[in-house]
Amino acid sequence: MTKLTFDFEKPIFALEQKIEEMRELSSVNGIDLDDEIRKLDEKLRKLVKKTYSNLNRWQRVQLARHPERPYTNDYLEKICTDFIEIHGDRNFADDKSIITGFATIDKHKVVIIGHQKGKNTKDNLYRNFGMPHPEGYRKALRAMKLAEKFHKPVVSIIDTPGAYPGIGAEERGQAEAIAKNLFEMSRLKTPILIVIIGEGASGGALGIGVGDRFVLLENTWFSVISPEGCASILYRDAGKANIAAESMKVTARDLQDLGIADEIIQEPDGGAHRNPDETARVLKESILRNIDELSAIPIDELILLRNEKYSKMGSWDEA
Amino acid sequence: MVDWFRRTKKGLLGTEKKVIPDGLWIKCPNCSEYLYKRELDRNYWICTQCQYHFRISSDEYIKMLIDAEYEEFNRKIQSNDPLKFKDSKRYSDRLKNAKAKTGKYDAVVTVEGDLSKHRIVLCVMEFKFIGGSMGSVVGEKISRAIDRAREKKLPLIIVSSSGGARMQEGVLSLMQMAKTSAKLSQFHEEGGLYISILTDPTTGGTTASFAMLGDIIIAEPGALIGFAGPRVIKQTIGKDLPEGFQRSEFLMDKGFVDIICGRSELKRLVTRLLDFFIEND
Ligand SMILES: [Zn+2]
Repeated sequence: MTKLTFDFEKPIFALEQKIEEMRELSSVNGIDLDDEIRKLDEKLRKLVKKTYSNLNRWQRVQLARHPERPYTNDYLEKICTDFIEIHGDRNFADDKSIITGFATIDKHKVVIIGHQKGKNTKDNLYRNFGMPHPEGYRKALRAMKLAEKFHKPVVSIIDTPGAYPGIGAEERGQAEAIAKNLFEMSRLKTPILIVIIGEGASGGALGIGVGDRFVLLENTWFSVISPEGCASILYRDAGKANIAAESMKVTARDLQDLGIADEIIQEPDGGAHRNPDETARVLKESILRNIDELSAIPIDELILLRNEKYSKMGSWDEA
Repeated sequence: MVDWFRRTKKGLLGTEKKVIPDGLWIKCPNCSEYLYKRELDRNYWICTQCQYHFRISSDEYIKMLIDAEYEEFNRKIQSNDPLKFKDSKRYSDRLKNAKAKTGKYDAVVTVEGDLSKHRIVLCVMEFKFIGGSMGSVVGEKISRAIDRAREKKLPLIIVSSSGGARMQEGVLSLMQMAKTSAKLSQFHEEGGLYISILTDPTTGGTTASFAMLGDIIIAEPGALIGFAGPRVIKQTIGKDLPEGFQRSEFLMDKGFVDIICGRSELKRLVTRLLDFFIEND
């Protein structure tokens, strides 16, 4: 197993290593270290709990981007009994940074749209680091229109550093593609559940992120711009991303405080990547429960509620 | 996103710094010709030599488009700095300075009035107010303007000039994109006419929401229009950008703008569109 560690994780990995060494010592030399090991295990458990429950915002951002963190297709593999992926926007190309398809989850049938990052450099080049072009948003809209036509709920899974800033993306109307999705999703006649599994930056995330409920895994962030982007503009120094993350209040908990998040799903200690199966289990429970609840609301009322929800967003004073 | 920040700081664009001390002559940033200020003012702030469109204020657009009297509504909605945001300056101080500089409470002015005898709801963004950025107030005022147009069954016109979403309000700014788009969706469903007018610059979250959702999209010549800022794109791809990239003419060529119209012809064009679509009693 690779041991990518952030600074704040180092004491944990040091302790883990020590326990491992004692186990080895005990088995090789036949010395009984069970008591010692048990004590250290307990110490480790406490240290993990303490470390991850006291993360600052920038540390959460780093955790949200952990390269071992499960991505959209990892969850689909663990959650779905069947998944039929569809490709392309029927206009220009197939954008590999957004996955769309038809999922069966136990007895439920849902249409999935989701950002897809890559596991390694090669995979990431294929997935364009989870940064969509306009055709990605248009493919997602096509899938959503199918969901509407055949009365299937939409589950949108968000995990992107942003929409791709490139020449082709601008030529093919990145802004128009995102705007169109916001416009269409606000009145799509089927339930839409938004799930944030990693990071969500700017219009690139919002472009598939308008819906009835907004559910976030605990170690995620979502904001108008990445902390680095904000820092390079406002502080003239991308290295001040930690300060920007604090100022912009980007974490799942912040979004709950700001009245944007509807539900936060607790991750296993140490983050989703330390126990992907358990994360997938709680994620699945939340998806099915929310889909069931939303599906029980008459569609006209649901759209009214959706529009009221967005209508209230923001904070201002009126003289 | 929000590329205007650097450029205005450097003073490459914007009219203020081109003013020669005596204030009578202004140098065109495009063709370097010296222009007589009073002449420019008479000519809609268009360079008489090269047709360069100087940036003008929200008040000037209102004066240009509305026949005579108008009613400004929701003027005093203002930001309450929900994140208590601070960078090199406090956001609350930035707001104060912007208010002092523009006389506005935030970066959009919403009015109801007549345009060539057609009653309309008009929103004009004010670029000099924190780069025309969209935070909660801009989102809310535009949303209310759309609602007013829908309830009164009036055509809606939005003149955009904006660096994008306002970072100082974090995710709340981002959500204004969804909020205004949702309002437009409802307006659209009930048959409302929406004309979007893009001026220099219209970028970021503003473009990726209401600015690109017009039934008709008009752009002023040479305006910078895009999602990502040119500096960010250049940094990402590590290459120089092609000539004319992300300008109005480029967007029309690629199929994202309906009509390019010089400022001096703008009111006439909008009138013809309103005459075509709206049956007056
Ligand atoms: Zn000129």
